[in-house]
Amino acid sequence: MQTPAPFEYDRATSIDQAIGLLEQYGPDTRLVAGGHSLLPMMKLRLAQPGRLVDINDLDDLSYIRQEEAQIAIGSLTRHSELLSSPLLAQHWSIFAEAERVIADPVVRNRGTIGGSLCQGDPAEDLSALVCALRAQLVIRSRGGSRTVEARDFYLGPYETVIGPAEMLTEVRIPIHEGAGSAYEKVERRAGDWAVVAVGCFVKLDADRVLDVGIGLAAVNARGFAAPEAEDRLRGQPATEEQLAAAASLAAQHCRPQADQRGPEDYKRYLVGELTRRALRRAIDRASRGGA
Amino acid sequence: MTVTDAAPLSAAGNPIGFGRMLRKEDARFLRGQGNYLDDIQLPGMLHGAILRSPHAHARIISIDTSAAEAHPKVKAVITGAMLEGLKLAWMPTLSQDVQAVLATDKVRFHGQEVAFVVAEDRYSARDALELIVVEYEPLRPVVDARRALEPGAPVIRTDIEGKQDNHIFDWEAGDREATDEVFRRAEVVVAQDMLYPRVHPAPMETCGSIASMDRVTGQLTAWSTTQAPHAHRTLYALVAGIPEHKVRIISPDIGGGFGNKVGIYPGYVLAVVGSIVTGHPVKWVEDRSENLMSTSFARDYHMHGEIAATKSGKILGLRVKVLADHGAFNGTAQPTKFPAGFFHIFPGSYDLEAAHCEVTGVYTNKAPGGVAYACSFRVTEAVYLVERMVEVLADELKMDPADVRRQNLLRPEQFPYMNKTGWEYDSGDYGKTLEVALDKAGYDDLRRRQAEGRARWRAAGGTPEHPEVGGEHLMGIGISFFTEGVGAGPKKHMDILGLGMADGCELRVHPTGKAQLRLSVQTQGQGHETTFAQIVAHELGIPPEDIEVIHGDTDNTPFGLGTYGSRSTPVSGAAAAVVSRRIRDKARIVAAAALECSTDDLEWELGRWKVKGDPEKGKTIQEIAMLAHGTLELPEGVEGHLDASVVYDPPNLTYPYGAYICVVDLDPGTGQIKVDRFIAVDDCGPRINPMIVEGQVHGGLADGVGMALMEVIAFDESGNHLGGSFMDYLLPTSLECPSWELGETVTPSPHHPLGVKGVGESATVGSPPAVVNAVVDALEPFGVRHADMPLTPAQVWLAMRGRPLRTDLAVS
Ligand SMILES: Cc1cc2nc3c(=O)[nH]c(=O)nc-3n(C[C@H](O)[C@H](O)[C@H](O)COP(=O)(O)OP(=O)(O)OC[C@H]3O[C@@H](n4cnc5c(N)ncnc54)[C@H](O)[C@@H]3O)c2cc1C
Repeated sequence: MQTPAPFEYDRATSIDQAIGLLEQYGPDTRLVAGGHSLLPMMKLRLAQPGRLVDINDLDDLSYIRQEEAQIAIGSLTRHSELLSSPLLAQHWSIFAEAERVIADPVVRNRGTIGGSLCQGDPAEDLSALVCALRAQLVIRSRGGSRTVEARDFYLGPYETVIGPAEMLTEVRIPIHEGAGSAYEKVERRAGDWAVVAVGCFVKLDADRVLDVGIGLAAVNARGFAAPEAEDRLRGQPATEEQLAAAASLAAQHCRPQADQRGPEDYKRYLVGELTRRALRRAIDRASRGGA
Repeated sequence: MTVTDAAPLSAAGNPIGFGRMLRKEDARFLRGQGNYLDDIQLPGMLHGAILRSPHAHARIISIDTSAAEAHPKVKAVITGAMLEGLKLAWMPTLSQDVQAVLATDKVRFHGQEVAFVVAEDRYSARDALELIVVEYEPLRPVVDARRALEPGAPVIRTDIEGKQDNHIFDWEAGDREATDEVFRRAEVVVAQDMLYPRVHPAPMETCGSIASMDRVTGQLTAWSTTQAPHAHRTLYALVAGIPEHKVRIISPDIGGGFGNKVGIYPGYVLAVVGSIVTGHPVKWVEDRSENLMSTSFARDYHMHGEIAATKSGKILGLRVKVLADHGAFNGTAQPTKFPAGFFHIFPGSYDLEAAHCEVTGVYTNKAPGGVAYACSFRVTEAVYLVERMVEVLADELKMDPADVRRQNLLRPEQFPYMNKTGWEYDSGDYGKTLEVALDKAGYDDLRRRQAEGRARWRAAGGTPEHPEVGGEHLMGIGISFFTEGVGAGPKKHMDILGLGMADGCELRVHPTGKAQLRLSVQTQGQGHETTFAQIVAHELGIPPEDIEVIHGDTDNTPFGLGTYGSRSTPVSGAAAAVVSRRIRDKARIVAAAALECSTDDLEWELGRWKVKGDPEKGKTIQEIAMLAHGTLELPEGVEGHLDASVVYDPPNLTYPYGAYICVVDLDPGTGQIKVDRFIAVDDCGPRINPMIVEGQVHGGLADGVGMALMEVIAFDESGNHLGGSFMDYLLPTSLECPSWELGETVTPSPHHPLGVKGVGESATVGSPPAVVNAVVDALEPFGVRHADMPLTPAQVWLAMRGRPLRTDLAVS
């Protein structure tokens, strides 16, 4: 049994109260959502917060709903809910595709989208996903709410723009009618973190790429994205040659590091290969009416 | 009754003998009512935690425990210096070496035990570790075993008087000259280097112990996660100087052992010291990281194999050089005479003229241990070596590896067969087993489909430079044929620390005909409570539900060295059969007295002695049990009751074997491997409970897939352990395992009373080479002849490019 260091525990009854507690007790206090990132770190004593504020009772943070041309997802929404949401499936296949390869059912039943994004793990699949789709993140503090672009949310590994008395409340996913999306991940074993993962969406105008978003996990891409590849592809015909050119830009501009999952050159290679595969499938979906 | 007849069923529907039945122990396990070490709570019990070294190699300058001692819930803080005063700082290992209980002079591996805190609860004990201040002077570590013997390498074991290097032993087996001669005249000689990397048994339940020293009686009771309670009792007596009759070891339900729970760990000794110091029972249970970082690992064999053959594929000889990484202390568990375990069974299942191996053991700055993990004393490494070498030869000769095996397998008429390194294989019909497996796999059809797939890939433009072509995958087919020697072992050949490996066994049949069987071996999930009850049922006709199997408590069971190396059924299983037969013989005397006839007039049918020619007249074993305890007058010199005990010294090992075939799918665009099919045909003689045997095989196959594809403990250049959690040390899940396709052939052991052979490790031993052979076969279009385990996507991708990794080092 792995034992965490001593900590105090509060169970929040409202968003405002949770933010109040964060303010009152300062930066040594942490929100706990699904706990699947924070608690393992506490058990390994890599994290030793003095106080936890448990937000699991905040049902008003758990939803997936359409609001005009966006899908709004409450930050306490669980992986398993993202996996099975008909609304998401209708507009973005990438959600179910990514969720199917994130962790295992036990983790997915508890882990939340808010916790996943706020953890800032460089290999987090949902970070690559929201950055591919250019989602917006809604952050609450006592003074009110602010909205940031997903790609501007990350400052570095395990570091986000969230301040000590702030809370992520909502993820806003744009809807592009007719767009296609896909997620590709190479892992050493089911439920393992990615060696490399790539998510993307493509919007077509006839055979031409009208818009494209590419997200990369586990390769230290700035903003979990591949803007050079997107720029290269936007406006071009959706041909294999164009995909290959874009994929090689994605591979070139990321910054993977060697670890036990593989050496740097392999990861860079995978970025190219998976980008090509993801784009191919997203284009295929877009050409059949989208999702 | 022969073992192939179906056994009659008891009133409860269980076979009275061999056959499928649900496990007796499952009722408590499935209800969550097992009693594992950490379930045990004693009045006044305290909790221990171990401070571990953050360095692989460093001198200890000072240890300041004052802040920890001042923690309000801390009862004691123990350091190596304190143990030195008690002469307990070092303990003997199972390989004539010593291991530090707590470091005194230096730390020698990342995760080594440095101090022990005893506190009122586990959290406080762990908190107090952070209050201990240790000043270290880091030293250059020895990480790469291949450089451990270089001149100028830092000397790890400065504690050993006069030690100037990191050399532990040189050992050889086989006939060097005969082998060299065979190699000189061979038409074909192929060599291959290969690493069987360090892996970990990783049982679900980690290791731990609760020690309770009664100051009044001087009695030590230790509840320990141990596969070998009697061996532990003797060791405690030797290590701690506590008289053996005052030591009681209780091994409760064990959540998996795989060899991890054979030895004694520093934590066990520290729990004893903690109890002596505080006067309270002390519980110590390691956490997952501690288990992975400090307890017995397995393998870590750097092997250079050479195979000699004719051009037509007849194997003539095998030559092997091994560099064995034993970590900082030589703590391998194996019979004394065999520092490389049973590695010298490496000639495997083949009829060859000569074989020779040399093994050199070295110290490195890594955790000690070395033989754990379902390996039958390094038969795992041996089988991997020979089964890779056969593939390498087939590749060199451009022959089908199935044909190379067909040509070279030992033939039935050669048994019993004395192999070239001194093992006497008891029985086998290898060719038959191979054909059953090939048939089951549809081997020829697989090869045809593989050729078609390769042709499609090439037609689509697939080349080693451009492997990804339109999503075309490549198939790989791998075979392995293994022979194990299990059931250690005959007294004349082997011992551990001078203790013979014979097993005691006691059977008591109570007046009402119910029985208790007392075993020296300890179950860790193998289903002993069922299997052994079935053995007694088979011999005496008592239904298995009427037989209680008692094990794991030294005060309640006879002496024996425990469960590992697939030895329980070969040794204790034989003991259970023999003790049952003693009871049967005595029952005959009792029956004759009751029926007023001569014993010669009686014949046995399952569960009953009956009068020859008058089958109506007889006594059941239950009736006899009551008579034996009653007032019936027995012949002169025959005592009453129906109890017996035996000690069984096996005349030989048993030699189970099998043919395994693995089919994998390679995504050449990513290097990902998927195991599509796995066919495992095992011959372990008659199967007492086929369901339990299949369970053992299933688990071992999953193990094999894990080792082949993902499991490894690597170390970075500073000697940091890179596998300290299940996020870093990957175990396979059901998603990596195909639906296993099992088969069997039955070739009884001629010397075992039941004809049975061990099977606990067969699949772990036999499956890794099948998977690796399949992956290498899938990589045939890339000219790959070998790549070391684990074959992760990165390793496969690198192999495709001709530069596979050293998997024991950090990936850079
Ligand atoms: C075995 C295992 C395997 C995994 N495999 C994968 C995988 O393959 N791919 C992958 O992407 N992920 C994987 N994960 C990670 C998993 O997706 C995340 O751990 C988890 O879902 C994070 O969400 P949580 O709700 O559990 O976060 P928590 O652990 O509760 O919180 C994480 C961090 O976010 C903060 N936080 C939480 N909610 C908010 C909020 N609303 N506002 C501000 N801060 C907040 C917390 O304070 C904490 O610092 C795995 C995890 C485990 C345990």
